[in-house]
Amino acid sequence: MSTLVKSTANVPAAKTGSTALDLVLRFRALGLVIALAALIAATTAVNPRFLSAQSLRDLLFAAAITVLLACGMTVVVLTRGIDLSVGSVLGLSAYVTASALSESGAATPVAMLIGLAVGAACGALNGAVIHFGRVPPLVATLGTLYVFRGTVYFLAGGSRINASDLPRGFLDFGNGTVLGVPYLFCVALVVLAAVGVFLGRYRAGRDLYALGSNPEAARLAGIRAGRRLMTAYIVSGALAGLGGVLYAARFGTVDASAGYGLELNIVAAVVVGGVAIFGGSGTVLGAALGALLLAVINNALPVLRIDQFWQQAIVGALILAAIALDRLVSLRASRALRTKGSHVD
Amino acid sequence: MSTKLRDTAAVRLLTTWDAAIIAATVVFLAAAAQTVEHFGTARNAGFIVLDLAPILILALAMTLVVTTGEIDLSVASTVGLTSAAMGVMWNAGIPLETIIPAAIGIGACLGAVNGLFITGFGLPSLAVTIGTLALYRGLAYVLLGDTAVADWPRAFTGWTLGTVGETAIPNVLIPMAALVAVFGIVLHATAIGRSIYASGANPVAAAYAGIAVGRLKFWLYVTSGAMAGLVGVLWTLRYSSARADNAYGLELTVVAVVLLGGVSIFGGRGALPGVLAAVVLLTALQNALRLAHVSTEALTVVTGSLLIAAVLAPNTANAIRGALRARRSRTA
Amino acid sequence: MSTGADETDPKPVVSLAGVTKAFGAVRALRGARLDLYPGEAHALVGENGAGKSTLIKILAGLYRPDGGRIEIDGVPTAFADTAAAMNAGIAVIYQEPALFGDLTIAENLFIGRQPRVRFGLIDRPAMNRRAAALFDRLGVPMDPDRPAKGLSIADQQIVEIAKAISLDARVLVMDEPTAALSGVEVERLFSVVRALRDDGAAVLFISHRFEEVEALCQRVTVMRDGAHVSTDPMDEVTVDQLVRRMVGRELGAMFPKQDVEPGEVVLEVEGLSRAGICRDITFEVRAGEIVALAGLVGAGRSEVVQAVFGIEPRGAGRVRVAGRELPSGNPRAAMRAGVALVPEDRRQQGLLLDLSIMRNATLTRRGRLSRFGFLVGGAERRAAEKWTARLNTRYGRLTDAAGTLSGGNQQKIVLAKWLATGPRVLIVDEPTRGIDVATKAEVHRLLSSLAAEGVAVIMVSSELLEVLGMADRVLVMREGRIAGELDRSDATEEAVMLLATGRESVA
Repeated sequence: MSTLVKSTANVPAAKTGSTALDLVLRFRALGLVIALAALIAATTAVNPRFLSAQSLRDLLFAAAITVLLACGMTVVVLTRGIDLSVGSVLGLSAYVTASALSESGAATPVAMLIGLAVGAACGALNGAVIHFGRVPPLVATLGTLYVFRGTVYFLAGGSRINASDLPRGFLDFGNGTVLGVPYLFCVALVVLAAVGVFLGRYRAGRDLYALGSNPEAARLAGIRAGRRLMTAYIVSGALAGLGGVLYAARFGTVDASAGYGLELNIVAAVVVGGVAIFGGSGTVLGAALGALLLAVINNALPVLRIDQFWQQAIVGALILAAIALDRLVSLRASRALRTKGSHVD
Repeated sequence: MSTKLRDTAAVRLLTTWDAAIIAATVVFLAAAAQTVEHFGTARNAGFIVLDLAPILILALAMTLVVTTGEIDLSVASTVGLTSAAMGVMWNAGIPLETIIPAAIGIGACLGAVNGLFITGFGLPSLAVTIGTLALYRGLAYVLLGDTAVADWPRAFTGWTLGTVGETAIPNVLIPMAALVAVFGIVLHATAIGRSIYASGANPVAAAYAGIAVGRLKFWLYVTSGAMAGLVGVLWTLRYSSARADNAYGLELTVVAVVLLGGVSIFGGRGALPGVLAAVVLLTALQNALRLAHVSTEALTVVTGSLLIAAVLAPNTANAIRGALRARRSRTA
Repeated sequence: MSTGADETDPKPVVSLAGVTKAFGAVRALRGARLDLYPGEAHALVGENGAGKSTLIKILAGLYRPDGGRIEIDGVPTAFADTAAAMNAGIAVIYQEPALFGDLTIAENLFIGRQPRVRFGLIDRPAMNRRAAALFDRLGVPMDPDRPAKGLSIADQQIVEIAKAISLDARVLVMDEPTAALSGVEVERLFSVVRALRDDGAAVLFISHRFEEVEALCQRVTVMRDGAHVSTDPMDEVTVDQLVRRMVGRELGAMFPKQDVEPGEVVLEVEGLSRAGICRDITFEVRAGEIVALAGLVGAGRSEVVQAVFGIEPRGAGRVRVAGRELPSGNPRAAMRAGVALVPEDRRQQGLLLDLSIMRNATLTRRGRLSRFGFLVGGAERRAAEKWTARLNTRYGRLTDAAGTLSGGNQQKIVLAKWLATGPRVLIVDEPTRGIDVATKAEVHRLLSSLAAEGVAVIMVSSELLEVLGMADRVLVMREGRIAGELDRSDATEEAVMLLATGRESVA
């Protein structure tokens, strides 16, 4: 995981720029960790059982799928895009995977690959419509949100697949733990690390930041925007597909509404995690911490005896606070730049 | 070629997306009335009007917002929150005559909050209204939890479902038609409308022409919130139920009909007739499928595809036209 | 005119001859010539519109020339795109570089070609070391691991130069790099450029500031009207000679400013200042007068008129129209007081390109054209027809998008939009930029007749001939201040250029 954190050692301090800005930019993740720690500490103080193995396991179960999808969403948002179809893709993949297992009797690994492939195909469709059709990402993925959801309904036709129809091993995978950590969360961690390394340490990953940061400069630098955008949407789709597989394994019961409305939670997690909604900035680690924070808030509310109904309002307030903070930082940066760039006195 | 002939507004209208969607709506209505049993009855038309009322009213304000190049994803949550607020006020014994204007006022205030974040602090409207989408729905749950307030007076709930006198015209059609007229005139035949298009087409040039772009957008968000408040009232009374989850997810349908109606997501382009047609088309399609016992869920595929096609079709047409022109200039 | 400056290596690394380029009717280059030798810094000077930018864009591979010859190391070459120019060893540093603000400085240098270790992973330490080595070589302390966001323009240029070096660029083209820099920053930039030059790179330096040109360059080429005028060793020409060559044209009879007895003062600007942009601007304009704001690009002329009109708030100072003070930052109040501003950039600031000609032409009068609040009937159409006809605008239909018109006709729409408001004070910012000669003359005749009708006209222009031909008085701005005021009788090309560049008077 060390690759996700930029090394700051042994470099002479830059003479220019505001240090406060540097701090916020570099330590957004740290701020989230502190917020998480404070929240956990406060909740534990009220009820020590919040840190019990059972409670932590529930938390990780709840967070696993959100973290996974937040990774994919980060990749897309970095390019100045957005993928609103993830909830529908998850539903489609979950249903296809579960029906492959229950009706066609496919082997578990095969069914999982099918789920992943369904997601990747959906992502490729998004990418193609956005890049080749020049349809804005918001419109394109809002459209496919409907299309994919409608496809699930068409396939399911009101029926649902129950846990009893699914193979034992598949369900064990969905509900089992290793050293108290759910398998699902392990999958999410592996994906997090992989996407983190891809974004941080591969040329293709860095190109995504470049595309979101300054599309015109990216063109001048010879970055192939089409190929990179396709990659981003396929990654987002494939991870939503994987999320569908995990959903089926975790809950066993799958109907056509699986993952309904999930997209907004994922966008919230990513924005709270410090990924700029207009691209170029943010890390997958931040997004994952954002997802984790939302899950902790969700689980902490009953312990703190706060009405569960506050959860969504808190999420909304967090989003507004996060974008307002980012705006403040960039305003100060540009103001510092203006006074420095002036040539009149 | 005669330019005179081509210069008529009617001819030009027929070549636009608006025209296509209006034509599709008319054709569909005619075909459905012939083939789907009970579709063409006055009673069914009334149901369709009832179903499309909330979408239409929200879409009116959304059209204005999107034409300026912004978006408001919080409308459905605003409906939920005003509905929940109505429930709380009713439980507190406040008369409905006071509650109704208060609910619309609450909606306007919620819109003003959006407007303040977007025009005052300069934040992107997409992110802000995703935030308030969660916030307003969350506050609705805080107010009412998962309970419902259902003991609304018959006189009011009956009105929302009733018809004008002995006719088959639903009562709600009257205020709806008035709103359509007001929004249509404002957008297409007043200085404010010109400012809305200008702000979306080129905010810099609009500012140079003396348009206070920020202030204009702020008031459009207030309007959008007030319309959502009104829908909150109608929804609550129509279903005789104030609930926090009223109109859940409706924002996507509203955005979909606006884009489907030919309004450009980048602002500056679009017209109300196309949006009206899109609302009618979607609601009537849903209704016809239900009457024909086809799963209405299949409709979501159609909605989504149309939404993409609304943007894809002109883009593709332009690309083809550009390619043809390039080829012609090469051969010339 | 001289041959190569460097006797030891007489072969130019870049050689351009007879290069032509036209944009529609406008011939931006008509026979440009330039030879760059390794180890020399070469200045390129000329008025705005002389074709310098077009030449640079051809060198950068952004434009393809219509004719002429480009040779790199004696080999005829045609750049297909920017990458081809880069591969040929040509690097262009623009006035405001485009960096990836969210990436680190080192990544900005190496994007797409980061050093890699096993499995294709980017070797960040190696990348940072290489970046640090580059900055060491340039003698500039810079942390390669900090994000590029928040860097000053000067530092951004240093980053671009470092990138050029890392690409083994042998030719460094710098387009007015010092326009936004402070004195210290200019010094640092120059020490970096001198070191590169002494290492054998060829530097093409475009600047309006002669003291910088003298301090840095060995040879200087003058361009005028898209053509080559002269190339000399720097120490064999004087600045006065250069200025004469830049402007040396005869005044034609195409600027028919009528003599008008100036009326009362209509616009008074007093002590107008904006932090970092302009300072203590004071002037007044009378009815029937045309006052030109001259000066170099970046001198703050457009910013002054924007503050007068209220597009930008003013930091300090007053603006009065016919004795009534205008509030700061409120274009609507300015319009009500009878001020109109035809902005500099008609595509970005002047027009709604996607909307119809009619909507554009009537946008400023959307309120006044309505009856009882409604814009119905043919009020807009009639108004648009009237004004487009008055300005001789050529178009297909009033419902065509404004973006389909030619530059000259677009400019007429913008003018129509503002003339329709019946202004008392008309501000025009570069009114004839990028339009053909015939339309230019029409615009000049129009401005003159408006003045004759008693309108107070302020004209911002970078074209000296236009300034001299049209203006009753010329205010010359330099670096955010008014450097001097010239009456029509005193206003000569030399006098304006010398005030604008900060030189003492020639005579």
